[in-house]
Amino acid sequence: MYLPDFDYYAPPDLVEACQLVREFGNSAKILAGGTDLLHKMKHTELAPEAVISLKKLSELKGIRYLPGQGVIIGALTTQNELADSPLLHRKYRSVCEAAHNMANNQIRHIGTVGGNIVNAVPSADLPPILMVLGAKVKLVNIDGERTVPLDEFFLGVHQTIRRDDEILTEIEIPDQKTTGSTSIRFGLRKSGALAVAGAAVAVEMDGETCRSARIVLAAAAPVPMRARAAERLITGQQITPDLLEQAGAAAARESNPRDSIRGSAEYRRDLIRILTRRALHKAITEGHV
Amino acid sequence: MPEVLRDSQGSKHYLINLNVNGDTYTLAVKGNALLVNVLRDWLDFTGTKKGCELGDCGSCTVLIDGKPVNSCMVLAVEAEGHEITTIEGVSPSDKLDRLQESFIANAAIQCGYCTPGMILAGKALLTHNPHPTEMEVREAISGNLCRCTGYVNIVKAILAVADENPPEGGESA
Ligand SMILES: Cc1cc2nc3c(=O)[nH]c(=O)nc-3n(C[C@H](O)[C@H](O)[C@H](O)COP(=O)(O)OP(=O)(O)OC[C@H]3O[C@@H](n4cnc5c(N)ncnc54)[C@H](O)[C@@H]3O)c2cc1C
Ligand code: FES
Ligand code: FES
Repeated sequence: MYLPDFDYYAPPDLVEACQLVREFGNSAKILAGGTDLLHKMKHTELAPEAVISLKKLSELKGIRYLPGQGVIIGALTTQNELADSPLLHRKYRSVCEAAHNMANNQIRHIGTVGGNIVNAVPSADLPPILMVLGAKVKLVNIDGERTVPLDEFFLGVHQTIRRDDEILTEIEIPDQKTTGSTSIRFGLRKSGALAVAGAAVAVEMDGETCRSARIVLAAAAPVPMRARAAERLITGQQITPDLLEQAGAAAARESNPRDSIRGSAEYRRDLIRILTRRALHKAITEGHV
Repeated sequence: MPEVLRDSQGSKHYLINLNVNGDTYTLAVKGNALLVNVLRDWLDFTGTKKGCELGDCGSCTVLIDGKPVNSCMVLAVEAEGHEITTIEGVSPSDKLDRLQESFIANAAIQCGYCTPGMILAGKALLTHNPHPTEMEVREAISGNLCRCTGYVNIVKAILAVADENPPEGGESA
């Protein structure tokens, strides 16, 4: 299998990268890990005139903590770097677990968090857990930058609010009062299989009472989907097994999955019911796992 | 950014130095050249296999700076500046590596197509984790498909080398 020909650029810094991306507009594609982009180019779904690699941009790498603000994750951080980060292990192990449970080991060594977000597919593993933690993404172009909640980033399959000339540079998980978070995904195999469905949750508990909750479903709609009815059902309530059961059922009702080779809509909806209930139980009882 | 050369048709080629198994090769590759094809077709490292060519099967696994990656998903031009290890370079001498011996001793090879990738994935694991559990071995080879063995003897072969490793610190596999 061969790739269509293209001109290759590896700008040494973000300014030059932004200039190139502006210059080429939609005739170029940005390359991070390439695990999605090269896939599409091999199938000639895409044949960009130029490929602009971000690999040389050291400012887009690494994970750090800014006191009073939050955890900053460079867009080029690979999935295995997320999974193995001591900083994330201490603060949000749930993000490490989500990264560890996706794709396969070889892909996780090259696939990046930025690529997983910008690619914008409903089954992607990282957006749900980042969204429930209130993550924001920074988009930079030659004129300036903007920071947007990940919640508002996705518009449809392969469609986002990112403009052609914008580079996603970092993801911020702000400091927060949540007491627990987790994501659970169901795949047809343990490794190398996209999620048939998934649920990520973050909760703020006060004793037995849930002060606030965020629930995001994977492969349940054209975009990673907030399950707002389920969130409302448990917010301010004393948590009981029956209530979690109802929350799962509410998430299943409001979801809008499709039929595909990986599972029927009906099957997916039932998975969503169970995964939501289990994820809530886990985040409530075990913390950020 | 590597030096750009143009051929008679005006197509761009990029001048790169590839470090494979400790030797440096200077090549002019097109942007679209995949590492797996350069290794196999230009440099004759045909121990690197091609199965799916889409990142699913792991038969094209090589180590880049010690980490297992699918060489079918890497542009050759992006492999410059990194140390690449293929199955041909897994043992520094002309004797087989202990892990290769162990695959033979444990009958972990049938048709052999997955074997180079399996050995490199196992090698990467043992280098940073000399005493893995069975679960960790299974996880380390979870990106490598084998259509013949059922995996049992592959897991055994990797664990057998781990058992021989000195208990604490010491040299690794
Ligand atoms: C075998 C296999 C298994 C997989 N399994 C999973 C899985 O289990 N779960 C899952 O979620 N995904 C999976 N994937 C999909 C893919 O690996 C991930 O989505 C990965 O995170 C993509 O990251 P990347 O860096 O390789 O992206 P790339 O392919 O480099 O880029 C993807 C898209 O995003 C754009 N882009 C990338 N970075 C930026 C940036 N910083 N700014 C602007 N645009 C950018 C690119 O132009 C491209 O359109 C799998 C892929 C393969 C091949
Ligand atoms: S040939 Fe590269 S993963 Fe299958
Ligand atoms: S031995 Fe035949 S594929 Fe593994």
